[in-house]
Amino acid sequence: MTQLSPALGRRAVRLAAPAWFQKYGVYTAVAALLVYNAAFTDHFLTAANLRTQLVQVAPVVIVALGMALVIGTEGVDLSVGSTMALAAALLPLYLGYGIVPALLVALVAGVVVGAVNGTLVAVVGLQPIVATLALFVGGRGLALVMADGQLKQIENADLLALGSGEVLGVPDVVLIAGVLALVVAGVVHRTTFGRQLVAVGGNRAAARLAGLPVRRVLIGVYVLCGVLAALAGVLATARLTASDPSALGNLMELSAITAVVVGGTPLTGGSVRVLGTVTGALLMQLLRATLVKHDLPDSTAQMAQAAIILIAVYVARERRSR
Amino acid sequence: MAPSEAALATPHPGADGAAPPAVLEAVGVGKRFAGVVALDDVSLTLRRGEIHALVGENGAGKSTLIKVLTGVHRPDSGELRLGGEPVSFARPHEAQQAGVSTIYQEVNLVPMMSVARNIFLGREPRNRLRLIDFPRMHREAADLLAGFGVTADVRRPLNTLGVGTQQMVALARAVSVQARVVVMDEPTSALEPREVETLFRVIEDLHSRDIAILYVSHRMDELYRICERVTVLRDGRLVHTGDLAGLDRTQLVSMMLGREVSEVRRHGVTQFSGAHDAAREPVLTARGLSRRHLLDEVSLQLRPGEVLGLGGLLGSGRTETAKALAGALPLDSGTVTVGGRELRRPSPAAAIRAGISLLSEDRKAEGIVPGLSVRENIVLAAMPRLSRAGVVSRKQQDRIVRIFMERLRIKAAGPEQKVEELSGGNQQKVLLARWLCLEPKVLLLDEPTRGIDVGAKAEVQALIDELAQEGLAVLLISSDVEELVEGADRMVVLRGGAVAGELSGDLVTEADLLGALAAHPSEPPAPASEPAVSETPASEQPACEPPASGPPASEPPADASPSAPHADKEQP
Repeated sequence: MTQLSPALGRRAVRLAAPAWFQKYGVYTAVAALLVYNAAFTDHFLTAANLRTQLVQVAPVVIVALGMALVIGTEGVDLSVGSTMALAAALLPLYLGYGIVPALLVALVAGVVVGAVNGTLVAVVGLQPIVATLALFVGGRGLALVMADGQLKQIENADLLALGSGEVLGVPDVVLIAGVLALVVAGVVHRTTFGRQLVAVGGNRAAARLAGLPVRRVLIGVYVLCGVLAALAGVLATARLTASDPSALGNLMELSAITAVVVGGTPLTGGSVRVLGTVTGALLMQLLRATLVKHDLPDSTAQMAQAAIILIAVYVARERRSR
Repeated sequence: MAPSEAALATPHPGADGAAPPAVLEAVGVGKRFAGVVALDDVSLTLRRGEIHALVGENGAGKSTLIKVLTGVHRPDSGELRLGGEPVSFARPHEAQQAGVSTIYQEVNLVPMMSVARNIFLGREPRNRLRLIDFPRMHREAADLLAGFGVTADVRRPLNTLGVGTQQMVALARAVSVQARVVVMDEPTSALEPREVETLFRVIEDLHSRDIAILYVSHRMDELYRICERVTVLRDGRLVHTGDLAGLDRTQLVSMMLGREVSEVRRHGVTQFSGAHDAAREPVLTARGLSRRHLLDEVSLQLRPGEVLGLGGLLGSGRTETAKALAGALPLDSGTVTVGGRELRRPSPAAAIRAGISLLSEDRKAEGIVPGLSVRENIVLAAMPRLSRAGVVSRKQQDRIVRIFMERLRIKAAGPEQKVEELSGGNQQKVLLARWLCLEPKVLLLDEPTRGIDVGAKAEVQALIDELAQEGLAVLLISSDVEELVEGADRMVVLRGGAVAGELSGDLVTEADLLGALAAHPSEPPAPASEPAVSETPASEQPACEPPASGPPASEPPADASPSAPHADKEQP
């Protein structure tokens, strides 16, 4: 089973059509993985297992959607994990007023984080990686202060229902992630904001000369990313049935960036691939699940994921140099 | 040196006999980049202790030649000779070791390090423990700078000093590595007049120490003030080498631009029909546009239905003026008024709303969004107008795109083809369409036909003509003299970031423009009614004199030679 990812790597090189591979590689890989599992892994393609996989990947997908938008503007947002923790820490404080106010407070926290990030990037002119590093560190600190550094059980029935509920057999969490993917795809492809976002990422100097509201677009993108991360934090907390600001969303920024990059969105901006991002998150999830099912330790899964990331970046690099 | 070429090109062959020996020579150097010829059989001879000007317009090959001389590029053909011996520099460091130092436009030092460390970078004085001997380094650095008339604390980080002082530090570094040749690429472009004086004093000092200087600048006054000989490049070829004193400014400019002084206006070469009926009332008025180092009180008016040419040599502030009008260059002072209304907080968005569109000179960096389709590039600026409640209307977009692709004859596989796959000319048309679909009142065109093929060029020129006839006010910037003269109804000539004069009427000829470009700044610019050519030689005389106050042009080499061999032998 260890040969799986190197095999994928060799194929990527041998195909020697990086443009094609950047576009469709991720879909092919997911399909190949599913076929492999159908043939060789017991109890993989069962409804229960697929359901578990989807529920686990949903928060990553939601965060990665926001990350894809940010990366489309040639930026990156490292603070998404901390934003999740912040949302998780705020939830129990306001659940006494009911689920709606608590949810709104958590989402507003995402807006604030995004607005700060966006302002630092678009107005102050900091490098995105540095600007968002501030809240990557500070956001979690703030979350721990608000939660007294403690894990709190969630007792609110409405919130717990959000985590475990389902519609026609599809878990709410998965449904929400799916709807959000459609919404983000619509925003990117159908709205002026989405098209301006792509143009700003593709050539910022040209966008500015064409009179595009570059600052507004950038701030908006980081706000969207913050809100999506906060929502992911709420959903993850509902699944966990506990608010755990010290652990929730740890390394989430890396999972999200991985999903975006593996999904074929170039780090150089100017393009956002929504379906690719969703599939990229799925690929990483399925890969790990496959290896775990074959009794390989988590460390092996991490190395396999590293190989996939390298392939994705290599393919993107190939394409750019043409 | 290579007497054959020098003798052919020098107007005063008699001077050749007494000429000092050559330090650095390029002989028949050729260089190509990806099949494009950058240098074609170019020779250059730098004699010991001379100040040699290297001039040429954009794309003439100056930078390439400098890079070949300083070891950044290796020539494809021909050879370099240092002191008569063939040499080959694999890296810039080797050229430096051999005594060829370069001072680039942007000072290439380490900004966070101290002045002294910058001067001695890589060859710091060491003490017995092989550690850097800071007291000695600081002392020597201070002495060195004092020699240039610069008093600065050498322990301060370089980036706390002014650009001028930084340039002095670069110069000090260049000289302290025992340079025999110093190449200066536009050293004064970021300097204040006072700093320029200091620089010239230093150059004079180097000159008296028999160090040869290759001086690259677009500023005619500087060239005539300090340089003795000049080499002119155009389109990668050597056009002229000779004494500067025997050459008047108009001749020099016409050699740079490739136009004969006597050449009169030729009709029918470009696609311009000529005069348009311009309305009386200006649609755009700019007053006193100023920005430190770039623009100095530039004022101009644009009337509907006219093509206003903006003339000037490279670095004269043409692009900056256009950007200032379009709100893309922050100004220290000055106002832009469109249709009677002043632009309050200038920004590209505000200028576009007021009806000003700028076609940028740099198509790649500031024009196309490469990953997007032809359609999206065309509607980029007009998108909010083609949308309802923030949702783009594909139908409206397609309609506009179809109209403009037809009108401008954009050759693409379709509106959904990626713009980066199109030819330069078609990309330019896409950008023109982007601006035209905004229905602007004022169109600013910065080099609209640069780098596009002949057919597209003619089409773009015809389009400019047509647009002006339809009542658009057009500002045209072009390095192509022919295009400018035939396309423009009126011309404002810039020099050193300021308006040097205005040429109008049917009398605008290439000769007028060349005259205005070359005119001495202390002289009033040539009025349009008089042929400028006859005036220029008169203004030439004062220009020849300054060398006496600057480095002595006719200084016999023997005067300074005792120190020169000494300096040469210290070479490691």
